Amino acid sequence: MLNPDLKLNPKLFDDDVEQKATREGYGDGLLEAGIKNPNVVALTADLSESTKANKFQEKFPDRFFECGVAEQNMAAIAAGLGVSGKIPFMSSYATFSPGKNWETIRTTIIYNQSNVKIAGHHAGIMTGPDGATHQATEDIAMTRSWPWIKVIVPCDSLEAQKATEKISNIDGPVYIRLTRDKTPVMTTIETPFEIGKIQIFWTSENPVVTILSTGYMTYYALVAAKELEQEGVKTAVANVASIKPLDEGTILSLAQDSRAFVTVEDHQVMGGLGGAIAECLAKTKPTPIEFIGLQDTFAESGKPKELLEKYGMGTKAIKDTVRKVIARKNQ
Amino acid sequence: MIAELHDEKLKDLEIKAVKIRKLIIEMLVEAGSGHSAGPLGMADIFTAFYFHILKHEPKNPNWEDRDRLVLSNGHICPVRYATMALSGYFPIEELKTLRKINSRLQGHPHRTALPGVETTSGPLGEGISQAIGMALAAKLNSKRHHIYCVASDGEQQEGNTWEAAMFAGKYKINNLTVIIDRNNIQIDGFTENVMPLEPLRAKYEAFNWEVLEVDGNNIRAFVDAVKIARAVFEKPTVIIAHTIPGLGVDFMENRFEWHGIPPNPEQAKKALEELRTLQGKIESEHQ
Repeated sequence: MLNPDLKLNPKLFDDDVEQKATREGYGDGLLEAGIKNPNVVALTADLSESTKANKFQEKFPDRFFECGVAEQNMAAIAAGLGVSGKIPFMSSYATFSPGKNWETIRTTIIYNQSNVKIAGHHAGIMTGPDGATHQATEDIAMTRSWPWIKVIVPCDSLEAQKATEKISNIDGPVYIRLTRDKTPVMTTIETPFEIGKIQIFWTSENPVVTILSTGYMTYYALVAAKELEQEGVKTAVANVASIKPLDEGTILSLAQDSRAFVTVEDHQVMGGLGGAIAECLAKTKPTPIEFIGLQDTFAESGKPKELLEKYGMGTKAIKDTVRKVIARKNQ
Repeated sequence: MIAELHDEKLKDLEIKAVKIRKLIIEMLVEAGSGHSAGPLGMADIFTAFYFHILKHEPKNPNWEDRDRLVLSNGHICPVRYATMALSGYFPIEELKTLRKINSRLQGHPHRTALPGVETTSGPLGEGISQAIGMALAAKLNSKRHHIYCVASDGEQQEGNTWEAAMFAGKYKINNLTVIIDRNNIQIDGFTENVMPLEPLRAKYEAFNWEVLEVDGNNIRAFVDAVKIARAVFEKPTVIIAHTIPGLGVDFMENRFEWHGIPPNPEQAKKALEELRTLQGKIESEHQ
């Protein structure tokens, strides 16, 4: 059942569950952060509307900087603002920022310890028809390997809004990963959000597998868990919004309870959520683990749901993988 | 407001510039690696900045109202370190720790390692953008301090440089002055052979900048150029400072081979002899 303590959306499993893109939550959170703190400034690289920074832009035109199609420049300008007492939020598509400007961010923001918030939009195959050029599927890997940074992947628009507001109050670089399409709203205003904490969204009694998921994929993990329960397979679903810092204590306790993991993410299976969890398990409690995500390949144009099916990341694939890891565990 | 540069002060600055050159040689031979030509060529400009142009407090490096001097081409940091030490930011003896373990003097400058270093730099083409960010922050806060950015000519080949140039032109960043060290050399050879930059003036003019050109090894001429730059209100200004790489050490002057290597002990001895002679010459002229 859904974890009652988290006050999740009671209509989560309904067909008419509210759908809203996490980028909308970013736009709302950025505007709110800007209202609360005059030092918050925003930059985009010709993607104001698309990254929903336009809400901030309309309210605070003097604190908004349109950089044109120049992601390296945007990053280094943000770095200069960030060491001068400002709190810059810079948004673009994740393939371009932190993709194209990776080294600029590494030097001028991360190593330089500038207080910049990097918003990577259009992450994952959820970007759909634009094709693999615009589907960022390596950004978690390339950001979490930076020292000191925090990497946040909100599961829905409300979590994105809370996370965006929260990171404006944290000193230091943060990467926040956002998606283009509307996805189910699983949380409510009352659902707590804390950086560095894993939340157990769902659990059957005495689960035999824990599904750890990040981003909107948590919805598919929950649907899979509910169906599996009806089929007699008991699981827990943990939403990992904070890839870094990683909640190692909760991971260890989940590994002790269920003794088998499936990770679920719209990202390459290498270096992302699955990689982070595997690193943690290997040094604490080695546990059978299977990985849902892109299996060392690029995706293609298509509707997001079609792509999830084709690339083995939908509900059916999650269920099959849960059964696979149970078999391994019982060997 | 930049003060009048009287003859007596000018001589003092010229002597300081030679001292800085000597410190650069001493640092590099001790470190056993690093760049020689660029730092020597820029000694006059750094002297002018730290001892005449900048509004700064060496004992209070995080003073909010200080002028910012961003060094984009971080590899010439020996000249910045030597000048900072001579102006009182840290003890001169610490220069000997350059590039060594547990040192604040990283091989390429790191902001959080050494107070007074405004940015972490080394990877090229990023300094002007960071300086723009600082200039925007100053404007948002209605602050009057000025942002200077020293960049190399070689890094004009980086695309990021022109992204920054376009942005500064658009936003008319007039509290920013960029100085390009036009010394014509880069690692692989002369800039015009590796990847021609000319016409450099016309490029910046086309990006809506005010462009000044000056002899970057003439302290008075450089100070005058900065004064003109500060008076330009409607756009950002770039000063193309023509310098002689390796200046002061005959066997290093204008030799691109000296871009990225330090002197060995024997070469350092010879270099220091030359510089001592140069200092004596300036001092006797002074008397």
